[in-house]
Amino acid sequence: MASIASTQPSGDLTGWTRWANNHRKWLFAAPAMTFVGALIIFPLAWTIYLSLTDAEGSVRAESEFVGFANYLEVLSDTDRFWPAVLRTVGFTGVALLFEIVIGMAVALLLWRPFRGERWVRVAILLPLVATPVAVGMMWRLIFDPNIGMANQILGWVGIGPQPWLAGQHSALPTTIFIDIWQWTPMVVLILLAGLTALSNEPDEAARVDGANAWQRFRHVTLPLLMPTVIVAILLRGIDALKTFDILYATKGRGGGSFHEVETLNVYAYGLSFDYNEYGISSTVLIIFFLIIIGSMWALTSRRKKGAL
Amino acid sequence: MARRKRRTPYQVFRAVALAVVVVSLIAPLLWMVAASFKTNVDIYDSGKAFAFTPVLENYTKVLDQANYLQFIGNSLWVAFAATVLSLILGVPAAYSMSRFNMKKSALVVLMARVIPGVSLLVPWYYVFSNLRLVGGFTVLILSHMFVSLPLVVYILMGFFDSLPEELEESGQVDGLTPIGAFRRITLPLSAPGIATAGILSFIFSWNNFMFALVLSGADTKTLPVAIFDFVGYASIDWGGLMAASTVVTLPIMLIALFVQKYVVSGLTAGATKG
Repeated sequence: MASIASTQPSGDLTGWTRWANNHRKWLFAAPAMTFVGALIIFPLAWTIYLSLTDAEGSVRAESEFVGFANYLEVLSDTDRFWPAVLRTVGFTGVALLFEIVIGMAVALLLWRPFRGERWVRVAILLPLVATPVAVGMMWRLIFDPNIGMANQILGWVGIGPQPWLAGQHSALPTTIFIDIWQWTPMVVLILLAGLTALSNEPDEAARVDGANAWQRFRHVTLPLLMPTVIVAILLRGIDALKTFDILYATKGRGGGSFHEVETLNVYAYGLSFDYNEYGISSTVLIIFFLIIIGSMWALTSRRKKGAL
Repeated sequence: MARRKRRTPYQVFRAVALAVVVVSLIAPLLWMVAASFKTNVDIYDSGKAFAFTPVLENYTKVLDQANYLQFIGNSLWVAFAATVLSLILGVPAAYSMSRFNMKKSALVVLMARVIPGVSLLVPWYYVFSNLRLVGGFTVLILSHMFVSLPLVVYILMGFFDSLPEELEESGQVDGLTPIGAFRRITLPLSAPGIATAGILSFIFSWNNFMFALVLSGADTKTLPVAIFDFVGYASIDWGGLMAASTVVTLPIMLIALFVQKYVVSGLTAGATKG
């Protein structure tokens, strides 16, 4: 790295070319950094500011600085805010657990080459690239209590019809199922990339020592694969916390009439664009952002300590 | 050699387990496509679940009356423009961040993957509606770049990290300037990485819903938003809805299959670095 950075362009360059070559580090990075600064950092700073004001109604309306009043109001709101926190954490936790376990199992099945592998890979790719809103609509038909295929299949094995997305208590688990359907393939691909990069030798050595398949997985493969597992949990966890499309597609505004699938993201969206409560919604967003950063930090720092 | 034909119990188990996986991933998609060829009467008739006469009326409805040709055009334009602009900004930036080890700058760009989209939408909506730009393509494309630019930088940083610097150095020995070496040597070698980043950026932009939901107008609607035209307050036009969903998602799935190798390498970028 230092060698290239210190290479001086030859002396016969004109002023601009010489300047450009000497400053290429920032010249190359500046356009992207400007975009990020203007359209991401500045809005984030503004969200923090809005969370300290009583901004509401029209975007042209005057707003007043209210200090931490919004934070007090939001954090003491057991009606909408805390249930949304619980749903967000529950949705992410349950979805992640299933996605990692099933994803690991499928990745192990796909690890060694076999005939027909191509078709399995095609099947794994399709849900991943499918448009989430369309996926939500597709499951909405399948889970329809009256005409859906899900209840028909239950009928064949003698189980009565379920309300699925229409039920006050079954809606959230059903959306978790949809998330698992769409995103387990992502975990499979990441873990499979990790497995393929592993050397065969430790596994072979353990086999020679007489370890059975479970022991080899538990004590050889899994520890070696752990960094990749963490990457999968991080990438998938961030996206699961922010899930919006399938919740909006299956239950509409406000996460349904009883807010049964209203996560923090859906709640903040509704506050902003259905009720125009910009101050309160910014407060919810800042707290949400801190939750995301906090869980990422907890995961990566535990990894450094070697606890995971 | 005779043993090769006998299947071990594990191989049988694996075949059965993987068959279950494939069916549970594919069947719902096939169900959606099948329903898009049914009349609404047939969709409500459980006796016609598999034996039905396929009709095209849902597709004529979607493409003719629902103005979908325009929305397809909108989606294509927004995804294409966001991808090209993200590559123009992202390729040099990723190169600098990789070669000069700009960890902090990279972290700032990658933060965009973590920030909830709504927290950008509120200030954006404030600024752009005062500038009367909400509803136009400019803001829509910029908002999609929020998704695609970090993706491009992330994928290409990994790619440039794996390209040996010696190639550029030998180019400079032969009289190229550092920027010349980047243009004549590194860029051509990066074609697979740039293709991967571009394809992923296009897919994610095409599938994006939340930004267009807030920032698009009646004429600039993208496909994921237009799907909701088939969901009424009182009833749902299931046939039309499934045809619309198929129109949105089938093209992107077919494209992904054609360039499967790139999609997989993009989705798993950075997974094995530890």
